[in-house]
Amino acid sequence: MRLNVNGREHELTGVDPNAPLLWVLRDGLGLVGAKFGCGISQCGACTVLVDGQPVRSCSYPAGAAVESEVSTVEGLAEPDGRLSAVQQAWVDLDVAQCGYCQAGQIMAAEALLRSNPSPSDADIDRAMAPNLCRCGTYLRIRKAIKLAAAKRAEGGQS
Amino acid sequence: MKRSLEMAVALPVEEAVNALEPVRITKIGRREFLKLTGLVGGGLMLSFTGLRAAATATAGALAPNGFLRIDSEGITLYAKNPEIGQGVKTSLPMIVAEELDAAWEDVEVVQSPIDAETYGPQVAGGSNSVRVNWDLLRTAGATARAMLVGAAAVRLGVPPAELATRDSHVVHAGSGARLRYTELADATAGMPVPPAGTLALKSPDQYRLLGTRVTGVDNEALVRGEALFGIDQSLPGMKYAVYQKCPAQGGRVKSFNASEIKSLPGVHDVFSLEGNDNPLELMPGVAIVADSTWAALSAKRQLRVEWDESTAARDSWSDAVAQAGRLRHEAGATRVVEAGDVDAALAAGAQRLESFYTYHFASHAQLEPQNCVARFANGAVELWAPTQTPHRGIGNVANTLGIPPERVTVHQARCGGGFGRRLYNDFMCEAAAIAARVDGPVKLQWTREDDMSHDLFRAGGFHQLEASLDGEGGVTGLRDHFITFADRGRPVSGGSFRPGVFPSGLIDNLRLEETALDWRTRCGAWRAPFSNVFGFVIESFIHELATAAGRDHLEVMLEIFGEPRWLEPGNPRVLHTGRAAGVVRLAAEQAGWGRAMPAGRGLGLAFYFSHAGHVAEVADVSVDAEKQIKVHRVTVAADVGPIINLSGAENQLEGSVIDGLSTMAGLSVTFENGRVEQSNFDAYPMLRMPDAPQVDVHFVASDFPPSGLGEPALPPLAPAVCNAVFAATGHRIRTLPISEEGFSIG
Repeated sequence: MRLNVNGREHELTGVDPNAPLLWVLRDGLGLVGAKFGCGISQCGACTVLVDGQPVRSCSYPAGAAVESEVSTVEGLAEPDGRLSAVQQAWVDLDVAQCGYCQAGQIMAAEALLRSNPSPSDADIDRAMAPNLCRCGTYLRIRKAIKLAAAKRAEGGQS
Repeated sequence: MKRSLEMAVALPVEEAVNALEPVRITKIGRREFLKLTGLVGGGLMLSFTGLRAAATATAGALAPNGFLRIDSEGITLYAKNPEIGQGVKTSLPMIVAEELDAAWEDVEVVQSPIDAETYGPQVAGGSNSVRVNWDLLRTAGATARAMLVGAAAVRLGVPPAELATRDSHVVHAGSGARLRYTELADATAGMPVPPAGTLALKSPDQYRLLGTRVTGVDNEALVRGEALFGIDQSLPGMKYAVYQKCPAQGGRVKSFNASEIKSLPGVHDVFSLEGNDNPLELMPGVAIVADSTWAALSAKRQLRVEWDESTAARDSWSDAVAQAGRLRHEAGATRVVEAGDVDAALAAGAQRLESFYTYHFASHAQLEPQNCVARFANGAVELWAPTQTPHRGIGNVANTLGIPPERVTVHQARCGGGFGRRLYNDFMCEAAAIAARVDGPVKLQWTREDDMSHDLFRAGGFHQLEASLDGEGGVTGLRDHFITFADRGRPVSGGSFRPGVFPSGLIDNLRLEETALDWRTRCGAWRAPFSNVFGFVIESFIHELATAAGRDHLEVMLEIFGEPRWLEPGNPRVLHTGRAAGVVRLAAEQAGWGRAMPAGRGLGLAFYFSHAGHVAEVADVSVDAEKQIKVHRVTVAADVGPIINLSGAENQLEGSVIDGLSTMAGLSVTFENGRVEQSNFDAYPMLRMPDAPQVDVHFVASDFPPSGLGEPALPPLAPAVCNAVFAATGHRIRTLPISEEGFSIG
């Protein structure tokens, strides 16, 4: 199976195409940013992007991603290591408590800002509702998305 | 009496968290410690007063205790306690940095090894980390600072009294000389460590770092998706395991389809484990070992186990509800607190009220399902574990495997939430027992379904309350009959009143009684144990009393607190009525208490004291015709002494409000025939972003010693919201979750 993850092609052997993308990323490729929380698309901790769309990788067959571009939190930073606007906003506003859900939150926020560069509160709530934060950092996530949107606008990112 | 590790293991965990404080156990020898912390071959490593007596001088670095090391390369601070989201990996090193006078941007924070001899207790529980370690960490920083000043004095040829410290430098005002700590570290070699009594600690007005907003030290690694958590750990050649236990606790394996499972793709082995008859360690079950997580999970779906349930739990929530309904009007089986003459007060009251409150069982639902990497070889085991109680975990694993604790090594991993679930180390014991049967390292992975069926649940309960009011509407007597649960006579965790429980000492005629129903399923500490539900019951009932008296709730609360005093003089872990009144007044003032509200909208007030923290909250809600509650704003006022990391502190309070709201809204675990009826988040609907209210946080700048913030802001939330719902609608909610009474948050 060939998978394109964060712009890199990976040749994987012996992978069950029905295996969830989450476990192929974590066990097969060592990309552990996406997390296992529920296994039934309820919590969003496993959120990654497939062709720019947020998917719950715990329930998304790896085989369905073969012709697509998969993006994970590990691929967001610039090649020189600089954090993306969303990542930097998460650090600047000290969003995380335990941090377990945050890679999924960040990927959902990235997908939102790529399609809607200046989201309203209602847009943010709608886009982020699939992602649970058990520690309750929702207020900071909202603020961080707004901060990232402002920084992206300054930096001319679409 | 000196407590042994074994004793601590045998205690209920919330007691063990306290019992562990004086524990001295040697797990890692000095040489291994040096290896683990990278100190071999360099560094002055001297004793920390009270913890370690030996001194070793080596050249090149300053490391007078286990909490810091300075050499020419930089300043490293060691975070001793497990990080579960409460922020101690940042806040504890901040205390060291403050007294060290190190600039925060110069500091690198590293998770310390598990080593009781060097660090004392290493526990995440009881909101204790800051309170217990405050003096220890201040002294640790001040010790190194004094030695750096001493070294600078020698180098500059001036008396130490002429030197000051700032931003990782020793400064001499007279000459303008500035010496970096990193340049001075090697000059401290051979210098005696100053006794703690000779150190001058800062007063709060001298703080530069404490009380500021600092972003968490792991945040950058977190947003890059680096391997921080237990579930992220990986070893070369590692196999993947799952473990199936009986859905009803206490069931044993009779038979299972071993040959079918063994033939499945990727499966290496399948075997049953007997268990060790300690449900906090190893329960019977079937392990599957495979070459990937997915192969193990897929095989688990095909696993068919026949259980012997002759000794299994048959707990039923509906039976408990029926029994409590029958028992509520009877006297309690035991009287736990008895003050004054309750019967006389109730008989003589101008008004007498009674109410019956119910709360369901709840699950921790920490987002990272239990997991542990273990490697067993030559009679010793090494574990990478997301645990809140690593020392206790060592004892649990040693007991499970029948090996000495010295042969168990635990590495701390960041925890994807704790909330009390990871005070218990059953997952470590399972991983160790499986690893003992496997060649090479193995990672045990629980599913969410495993986690919800084998949690240590927040116990449900029932309270029959009665109270009397005098002619002026003052509370004269109060009786609470708590119908709770006990396992063969032993109260479940959180299932018993404790002496001193609020409002003990505040109401002259008070009786707290209990009757326990039999219960076999494990219960455990859940964020702010017992307070998280007792707060709902008592603070709702006091509002009922104020309403019946036709009085302002705030006024009645302040009257109950009375004159400012410690309820137990000299004990800073008990309630101080002046601090209580202070946060109640502050929350009320900030929320605009007493203002006129439109129809269908109301303010509700509540206070609770737990974990040495005084917290009051005011909820502003409106309720529509479909009983949907919109929480517009929650105003929080907290007195926990000086704030260490303001950003982390605010985050804890916001999170406590949201966790409290989530849990009261619709989270319930029910049991029938010993089985949990909810299996995953689709049946356990936690609050999502659209329903998160605005949270306004206010801290009282008091000069009491600092205490923790992981828990005390949770208990006042549910009663504040329910009191606000009453103000808005006239309906008194007496059941948690409120979905049981047809209400929802939206």
